[in-house]
Amino acid sequence: MNWWLPPQASNFAPRIDGMFTAILIITAIPFFLVEIGVIWFVFKYRGRPGQKGHYTHGNTRLEMIWTAIPAVTMVALGLISNSFWVQIKGRNSVPADAYPVGVHAKQFEWWVTLPGPDGKLGRTVDSLISKANPTGLDTTDADAKDDIVIRNQLHLPAGRPIVAYLTAEDVIHSFYVPEFRVRQDIVPGLHIKAWFVATVPGKYEIGCSQLCGLGHYKMRAQVTVHTQADFDAWAKEHAPQPQAGGE
Amino acid sequence: MRTLGSVAAVGGAAGLLVLLAWAPNTTPAPHRAAGATISGKIKLTGKPAASVNPEIDMSEESKCAAQYKSTPHEQIVMANPNGTLGNVFVYVKSGLPAGAKYPTPTTPVTIDQQGCLYHPRVFGIMVNQPLAIKNSDGLLHNIKAMAKKNRPFNISQPTNMTTDRSFSVEEVMLPFECNVHGWMHAFAGVLPHPFFSVSGADGSFSISGLPAGTYTIEAWHEKYGTQTATVTVAATGTKTQDFTFTAK
Amino acid sequence: MTTVAASPHTGHAHHDDRSFVSKYIFSTDHKIIGIQFLFLSLFFLLVGGILAMQIRWQLGFPGKPMPGGGILPQTMAPGGVILPEYYLQLVTMHGTFMVFFAIMLLLVGVYANFIIPLKLGAHDMAFPRINMASFWSAFVSGILMLSSLFVADGAPRAGWTMYVPLSARHDYSGVGFGQELWSISIIFFGLSSVLGSLNYITTVINNRAPGMTWFRMPLSVWALFITAVLGLLAVPVLAGAAIMLLFEQVLGTHFFDPSAGGQVLLWQHLFWFFGHPEVYILILPAMGLVSELIANGSRKPIFGYHSMVFAIVGIAFLSWIVWGHHMFVSGMNPTLGSSFMVTTLLIAVPTAIKVFNWLSTMWRGNLRFHTPMLHAIGFVTMFTIGGLSGIFMAATPLDMFIHDTYFIVAHIHYVLFGGSLFAIFGSIVFWFPKMFGRMMNEAWGKVHFWLTFIFFNTTFFPMHMIGMAGHMRRLYDPTIYEFLRPVQPLNVFISVNAFLLFAVQIIFFVNFWWSLFKGEKASQNPWEDNGLEWTLPNPAPHGNWETPPTVYRGPYEFSAPGVTEDYLPQNRKLPTDREPALSPAGH
Repeated sequence: MNWWLPPQASNFAPRIDGMFTAILIITAIPFFLVEIGVIWFVFKYRGRPGQKGHYTHGNTRLEMIWTAIPAVTMVALGLISNSFWVQIKGRNSVPADAYPVGVHAKQFEWWVTLPGPDGKLGRTVDSLISKANPTGLDTTDADAKDDIVIRNQLHLPAGRPIVAYLTAEDVIHSFYVPEFRVRQDIVPGLHIKAWFVATVPGKYEIGCSQLCGLGHYKMRAQVTVHTQADFDAWAKEHAPQPQAGGE
Repeated sequence: MRTLGSVAAVGGAAGLLVLLAWAPNTTPAPHRAAGATISGKIKLTGKPAASVNPEIDMSEESKCAAQYKSTPHEQIVMANPNGTLGNVFVYVKSGLPAGAKYPTPTTPVTIDQQGCLYHPRVFGIMVNQPLAIKNSDGLLHNIKAMAKKNRPFNISQPTNMTTDRSFSVEEVMLPFECNVHGWMHAFAGVLPHPFFSVSGADGSFSISGLPAGTYTIEAWHEKYGTQTATVTVAATGTKTQDFTFTAK
Repeated sequence: MTTVAASPHTGHAHHDDRSFVSKYIFSTDHKIIGIQFLFLSLFFLLVGGILAMQIRWQLGFPGKPMPGGGILPQTMAPGGVILPEYYLQLVTMHGTFMVFFAIMLLLVGVYANFIIPLKLGAHDMAFPRINMASFWSAFVSGILMLSSLFVADGAPRAGWTMYVPLSARHDYSGVGFGQELWSISIIFFGLSSVLGSLNYITTVINNRAPGMTWFRMPLSVWALFITAVLGLLAVPVLAGAAIMLLFEQVLGTHFFDPSAGGQVLLWQHLFWFFGHPEVYILILPAMGLVSELIANGSRKPIFGYHSMVFAIVGIAFLSWIVWGHHMFVSGMNPTLGSSFMVTTLLIAVPTAIKVFNWLSTMWRGNLRFHTPMLHAIGFVTMFTIGGLSGIFMAATPLDMFIHDTYFIVAHIHYVLFGGSLFAIFGSIVFWFPKMFGRMMNEAWGKVHFWLTFIFFNTTFFPMHMIGMAGHMRRLYDPTIYEFLRPVQPLNVFISVNAFLLFAVQIIFFVNFWWSLFKGEKASQNPWEDNGLEWTLPNPAPHGNWETPPTVYRGPYEFSAPGVTEDYLPQNRKLPTDREPALSPAGH
């Protein structure tokens, strides 16, 4: 059993883990102060008959110090964290060359769309969603012709920015890969982007991280991070076949 | 002695006739034993494209995927080799005597989730007849009965188990789906009478036990829609009624 | 050096010829109402605990038949095996019953009612009949909420936070009428809360005894007063949201339906705008009560009384502008993630001040380790952990990882159980003689404290670890995920300790019930405390004082010089004391 955080597999993971460690150290100080203080006082000042406590109502100067130090620490923590937050979720945070993937969540499946050789995701339309077309892909859109639509599997190339376009069909779901440290709720009616770089090839899991109904616990997808060469080979193998007749 | 025997025989015969005449007034006619039959074939003209039965990607449900040697397909159109159409629900839409009541069977209709597919895909069930929903797969299925006239339900079966349900109102057709496996679909025809049939691998259907009369029969297919026909039957005998759907 | 003088005039305010029903059932006496809330809320504490045991069974032993599960209906647990539909009801209703019907009613319903008039030197609340209505609304609310477990398709399943669209549509959740019952119950609960708040606020402003200035009020009264303001302003928002949800289900409105112009996130903003002040409603009274217990146990004045008051006010003020920290990854505008991070980090400051002040109160005290003091010390030590873990979540980028994991569940339980519930246990023991005229058994009280303290930590501390491993919340079966299988042994460990923790509460319940009838009869001021309530007989009579006492000093004059005893009640007049000109409210 790993007693610490999961292995790091994204560009954000090291800095998030660094924040965790930093806050652990910052909070360890008052933790030990208080807990050891309590234990020490419990022994040192245990009541003796005939004695009294020390009659004092406080010490303003001391109180000002122990108000100022936490206040300054908290403000500093906020300012430092904020620059990181802006980098992850800010309005202009998604790199221009990020590789787009569509992640469409519904009770209780993940429908992933990969953009194919043209590197562009085709337009999706809610009214086109059907049994045969789970993401509502608009096949009249030129960009849609080479899109790969796949159930419960997310295939990604390593080492380059990915932007996931997150949509939900029914209730709130949440895109979460522990090793990437990435989590983003997916909300019906909203189009939300989440970007990251998958840095380590391997197999991971998406866990739905917002209660979405009876099958929430089984709303799982397999994430495979390939080297770019392996990814290209996989995509070629899974390219959609041209439709012969029918719809 | 011989006179007594004759009197007894005549009396017995008379008594038997009285009994036979009287009996139908007190016990309901067993509807399956007698009555007319309407049967026929559901023909399919043309060949449907392969894409009407899409491939199912079961790769992320390994326990189910392992049960198939080749990629399974969602069987929306069951085109039989003999040019007929299976999984067509055929039933008496109107024409039964007003106020007629048919006893509700106590034996359940079973729908089984096996290989991550519903078996059967199309079935009929009487109002208040028990439906045994079976999970033979031993993994999570989420059965949603998308009823409009009946009370819908949305239940889960995480392991091998059977859950009983029933429907209190006529509804043709009542769709089922699994939200964990979006390709899983089934359709139930809930009727207050037993006069229904589902066409099988040979495309034939048969509805028997009908009292004499003129009936509207409807054939329902999940993709090709409905067709109706009017059939008149006598008290006994078989009438043939075929339906033809066009492959699209 | 004078010794304790005889207590001021007490006894019946008037000849008490009320019937049994109006004395004990439909009573307008704030003390009886407080006791009614006590029995109601202890019942729901038990219900919440039983639900928790079943949750822990499923998490520790997924898919195994639960002992005793055979009594559950086949639609929820066939053969005693919990189904997902039942599991989601369990997590939803555990949270709902514990937050609203256990902790809120125990802290506010019991202690606001019971001690505010007593500690202020008042006869009763400002509006006794409204007070009675507040209890009965809460009672109706509780019955409605409980009944949702028994209707077809059971209780709601969307978590106690009831996020839409899952909670708004029967075809998404599988819940039937139980969902509507939730909304109706919350409406009654909102009514109860508002009626209560009106009383507490008015009584504190108007009904203080002569000499009881604002800054001579005990911190428990300050905390309950500020909590009442929070409740008055926040709970109606929840009731409004519940009404909107009810309309969504029953009338086909589209407040939350994006396909018809609504907004899904609206629910979360409404809920958490209520929800964050709510969690301070759940902790501030506990902090106030702990101040009483620590001062008494330390035999020292509270260190920094004024800062403690300002900290309560500061926490309450900031609580209105931090709600977005529940929504960092919700899809709301990320800019709000920045602003809410700052305010959330700031709210740690007044909270820290209080912990340092309690610690400093113990410093150089003459510590008495009676059961209430043990619980108060437990509060300080455990709440510190819960509060510090909050800092991890306040940092937005880190919350992206921690949100919806068991790290949050650990935090919740360290502040609500390690915090509020320890304060409640200590307070029940402390004011038991005032309520019932008897003492709870001290030896068993200590045994209960220590066993609870140990098993509480062994149950909830490992939840930080599984949260760090990425364990999500509300999972019916964590072993579905490969990344969670390695930590499943910790789930088993947690569950076993949870069962032990629950079992140990039997000691408290037996002690409570036994002491009601057979407890040692209490002397008038068994804890040698300064509060005005201890100048009355135990149990306190209807109407409290015939004439209100006069207050000459603050509430924590322990170990004061010039007095033999190490306590000095607020109303005891020393030769150096002057009469106050008028009662503070001008009567």
